[in-house]
Amino acid sequence: MREPSLAGMIWRQYRLERRMFWRNPSAAFFNFLLPLLFLALFGAVFSAHQKDLNVIVPGIAGMSVVSTTFTALAYNMTFLREQGILKRIRGTPMPSGAYLGGIALSAVTNTIIQVGIVTVAGKLFFGVDWPRDWGELVVYVAVGVVCFAGLGVAFSHAIPNFESTAAYVNAVFLPLIFVSGVFYDSAKAPRFLRDIAEALPLVHVIDGLSGAMVKGTGLGHNAPGLGVVVLWGAAGLWLAARGFSWESRRN
Amino acid sequence: MENAIEVSGLRKSYGDYEAVRGIDFTVRRGEVFGLLGPNGAGKTTTVEILEGYRARGEGDVAVLGFDPEQRPRAMRERVGIVLQSTGIYRHVTVREVLEHFGSLYPAPRAVDEVIGLVGLTGKEDQRARRLSGGQLRRLDLALALVGDPELIFLDEPTTGFDPAARHAAWDTIRSLKALGKTVLLTTHYLDEAQELADRVAIIKDGRIIVEGSPTELGAASGPYRIAYRADNGDGTFVVHETDDPTALLHELTERALASGTRLEGLSVTRPTLEDVYLELTADA
Ligand SMILES: Nc1ncnc2c1ncn2[C@@H]1O[C@H](COP(=O)(O)OP(=O)(O)O)[C@@H](O)[C@H]1O
Ligand SMILES: [Mg+2]
Repeated sequence: MREPSLAGMIWRQYRLERRMFWRNPSAAFFNFLLPLLFLALFGAVFSAHQKDLNVIVPGIAGMSVVSTTFTALAYNMTFLREQGILKRIRGTPMPSGAYLGGIALSAVTNTIIQVGIVTVAGKLFFGVDWPRDWGELVVYVAVGVVCFAGLGVAFSHAIPNFESTAAYVNAVFLPLIFVSGVFYDSAKAPRFLRDIAEALPLVHVIDGLSGAMVKGTGLGHNAPGLGVVVLWGAAGLWLAARGFSWESRRN
Repeated sequence: MENAIEVSGLRKSYGDYEAVRGIDFTVRRGEVFGLLGPNGAGKTTTVEILEGYRARGEGDVAVLGFDPEQRPRAMRERVGIVLQSTGIYRHVTVREVLEHFGSLYPAPRAVDEVIGLVGLTGKEDQRARRLSGGQLRRLDLALALVGDPELIFLDEPTTGFDPAARHAAWDTIRSLKALGKTVLLTTHYLDEAQELADRVAIIKDGRIIVEGSPTELGAASGPYRIAYRADNGDGTFVVHETDDPTALLHELTERALASGTRLEGLSVTRPTLEDVYLELTADA
C-alpha cells in the first residue's frame, strides 16, 4: 500500500515515452534523419572548404538541440492537450511535474542521440575532430536543452489547435535557424540580422558548441552569451508553468 | 463519514452564462447515483467540479471528505474518472497502458482482472489505435478502475453504443456496485438511469428538478391513471386520475357490474420515470 515514489513515476513515464517514440517509426525516422540529411547536403556543397564544414557541424548540432526540444515539445504538448490525454493524466495521482519530467527526459534523450550522431558524422565524414572541450559541450547542450524545452512547452500554449502546429512552429523555427548561423558563420551576416540573432538564444548555443567541438575556446569565452540563453530559459520555464492548460480552449 | 459526495448550493458560470444554478445532492457510500438530463443540462460541469477539473463558482462540495478544488493526491488515489471524451496514447497496448496507469496508485487491481471486468479479454496486446470506439470506451473504464478506486465518476459512459454494447457496459457497472464501489453516473438515457441507479436526480438548465429512487420518482410525480374504452363505440378512452386507485376501481367496477357494461381495455398505470423525464425536460 505504498505511494509510488516521484522518481519511480518519472522513470516509468520516461520508459513509456521511449517505447511510444520507437513505435512511431515515421516520427523516429524524421527525428534522426533530418539533421543527417542537412549534414549530407551542406557537407556536399561545402566539401572543399573545411572552414565552412567547421561552421556547419556545430550549427546542425545546435539545430538538433532546438528540433528535439522546442519543436518536439510544442508538437507533443499540443497533441496531448487536444487529444485529452493531459486531462486524463490530471485525473490520476501522478503529479504534473513527474509527467512533464518523463516527457522532457525523453526529449533530452533524443537531443543526446542527435548531437551524438552529428558529432560522430563530423569526425568520420567532415574533417571535424572529436570535441576539444567535453565539459563545454555538456554545459551548452544542457543549458540549451533546458532553455528550448521550456520555450517549447510555453509556445504550445499559444498554438490554438493541432492542425496549426506546423505553421506556428515553423514560423519560429525556420527564421530562428536562418538568423542564428546554422548554415553560415553568423559573424559574416549583415549587422541588423546579427543584432537580432544575438538577442535570441540559439546563436549563443551554437557559438558554445562551436567552441567546444571545433575551436576549443573554453567555457569562459562567451559568458554573456551563456547569460542570454539562461535568461531565455528562465522566461521559458516561467511561461511554461504559468500558461499551462490541460485542456484546449473552446472556440 | 457517511456520504461519498456532498454538494450544496453549487453554482458555476462560464462568462455570463450560468451553467449550474444552485444544486444540492448527496451520494451515499456504496450507491449508484444517476444524474439524468438532456444535453447542456450541466451534468459534465457538475461532475468536473467534483473531479477537481474546474473551480466552482459558489457553494460547498466535498468528495470523500476532500475539497476537490485542491486536488489532493490522497483524493485522486481513491477516485476513478471516466471523462465524457478523452483520448489515449495510440502506440501502446491495452495491457501496457493499464500497467502504466496502475503503477500510479498505491494498491492497483490486477490488470487481467480489470481487463476481464470491462470485457476486453483477448484485446490485451492490441495497440490502442487499433481498437474500435466501443473498445476504447471500455479501455476508458478499465483505466478508471485499475487504481481500485472507491468512488467512480462515469460521464455518459455508453453514449454512442449499440444496444448489445450498452447492456454489456451495464453489467460491468452493476458489478462495480457488487464490489462495493460508489458510482456517480451521468446519462441522458432514461433507461440507463432506471436500470443502474439507486437514486436519480433529473437535472435541466443547471437545476435539479426532481430527485429520488427510480420508483419513487414515478410515484411522486402524479396520480394513478385508470383508463378504459368508452362504450359509445368510437374507441376513445375514458381516463380518470386518482391518488386512491383502489377506491376508484371499486366504484367503477361496481357501477359497471350494475349496468352490465364491460370496461373494455381497463388499465391502471402509474407515471414512470420516463413520463416524468419527458414532461420535465420537454421545452414549454
Ligand atoms: N468550458 C466551457 N465554456 C463555456 N461554456 C461551457 C463550457 N462547458 C460547458 N459549457 C456550457 O455549459 C452548459 C452545460 O454544459 P455541460 O455541463 O457540458 O452539460 P451536459 O454535460 O449536461 O451536456 C452548456 O450550455 C455548455 O454549452
Ligand atoms: Mg456532458
